[in-house]
Amino acid sequence: MSKRASWLLVAFSFLVIVVLIAPIFISIAMSFTTSSTLMFPPVGFSLKWYQAVIQQPKWQDRLPVSLIVALVSSILATTISTTTAFALARSRVRGSGLISTLFIAPMVVPAVVLATGMYFVWAKGWTIGPLSFGGKLVGTIIGLILADIIISLPLPFILVRASLGGLDKTLEMAAKNLGASPLKAFFTITLPLILPSILSGFLFAFEISWDEVVVASFLSSPRVSTVPVAIFQQLRETLDPSAAAISSMLLFASVILIVLMTLVRRKPKITEEE
Amino acid sequence: MSERNPVSRFSRAIGRTWHPSPALLLIPGLLVILFLFLWPLGQMIYFSFTDPTVGFANYVRFFETPSEIRSLITTMEVSFLSTLICAIVGYLYSYTMLRSSKTVSNLLMVAVVLPMGVSILVRTFSLQAILRDTGIINQTLLNLGIIKQPLPLIRNSFAVAVGIVSMELPFMVLPMYNSMVQINNKLLLAGEGLGATPLRVFIDIFFPLSLPGVLAGSLIVFVSSLAYYIVPQLLGSGGQLFLSQDIAHWVQDQAEFGYGAAIGVILLLLTLGTLFIASFFINIDKALTQSTGGK
Repeated sequence: MSKRASWLLVAFSFLVIVVLIAPIFISIAMSFTTSSTLMFPPVGFSLKWYQAVIQQPKWQDRLPVSLIVALVSSILATTISTTTAFALARSRVRGSGLISTLFIAPMVVPAVVLATGMYFVWAKGWTIGPLSFGGKLVGTIIGLILADIIISLPLPFILVRASLGGLDKTLEMAAKNLGASPLKAFFTITLPLILPSILSGFLFAFEISWDEVVVASFLSSPRVSTVPVAIFQQLRETLDPSAAAISSMLLFASVILIVLMTLVRRKPKITEEE
Repeated sequence: MSERNPVSRFSRAIGRTWHPSPALLLIPGLLVILFLFLWPLGQMIYFSFTDPTVGFANYVRFFETPSEIRSLITTMEVSFLSTLICAIVGYLYSYTMLRSSKTVSNLLMVAVVLPMGVSILVRTFSLQAILRDTGIINQTLLNLGIIKQPLPLIRNSFAVAVGIVSMELPFMVLPMYNSMVQINNKLLLAGEGLGATPLRVFIDIFFPLSLPGVLAGSLIVFVSSLAYYIVPQLLGSGGQLFLSQDIAHWVQDQAEFGYGAAIGVILLLLTLGTLFIASFFINIDKALTQSTGGK
């Protein structure tokens, strides 16, 4: 490849980066404006739009809902994914490929489709003929948690499965040979080895649930709703600097999560040291 | 099960010999998938055939309404266009990563992965603020006197495609780069050694070998694009541009559940059909794993 062509490619790639990242910085800059409309460059510097957002009571109601839903659903999703990935790795059942596919499937089913189906079941319950169970889950925290378990299942499953696949099985067998019960072998040998993947799976699950808009907007009520749903509704109605302030705050939350993830990933893996 | 093993005899003596099969651990996961994932989808399919009347009425209504057919076609058109743009931009980007120094390559990798951590709402909002009539692009061009009227950059399919491309580019670059890295350099050198021009080496050797990544990335981007809801809702023209918006409209605003469910089934079939056809050419599990691996 000629020198000139390669410089063109590098220049092109940096242009792509600018197009991808610049909008995010521009929207942060606009949130500090003193004017009452969104403009760039912003006029002056103030935190009044942040104040305006924080003082709205709806954010105070929604933040705890979002946090509880994200925390509980990601813990459950990570536990279920880990158990299933482990069971698949350690047993030979027929249809294990199908089970894997089902655990990854929520990634490819369109969110609105999943939301529609869940909306029907959450509202009316699990019904076969005259038998019916549950229902009235729309607009409840439990309903949001149940939905987010499914949405955040695939990533921890993929990560834990990959990490179990790269694991030396003889370590676990050695522990069992030395008299450890399967449970003990799992908790003292396998679990510490796959813990980094479980943790990053958990953080991904948390972030997916925390950011989820579509399914949550179907399953929430005006009373019980999440932060992203409120932002989505606001962005549909108005486009004033408070929207920029909200999205900057959301961005700040993501940055904290990304930093946490990098810290988890940095942990040296024991398998690599050997 | 040798009785000579004192440990096993000991554990048997204290009654810990019965160890449940690890397969039993599959039960909680399967129950979750059955009741929280498959059941809702089944319920939706059931509703599409039974609400308000039993039969194919909802589907007939969909295919007899021109505006619905337009949504279906727009969804596929915009998704296809976005995938194509993503593939071209992503290929040049991945190729640059491959051919650059370690530092530049790492920088490019971080730059493409980083926005994935930012909420899709934040990024869509940022695009909305930039593309609108009073956004920076139009303002700058107006101030410079280059245009008299603001360019129509928002509330149309163009804006939606821009949105989708900027959200999906990482999912294109990751599998593409992954498959380019695996290409054996010796093959390229052999081609050059046998007298092929760099262009011939690229066309005859490099490009065919990088195709698996191109296919994997394009499949993921196309399938994800079909499902877009927030981006067309915030950057689109206000009507039901995409099938997802259509479904939300009938289920949430009009409470015509059976009809909304039928459109849901159509979108689901479109997605699964694409994956099914693609599964003859690539390993879908691997493609999905790759696209998230770098996250």
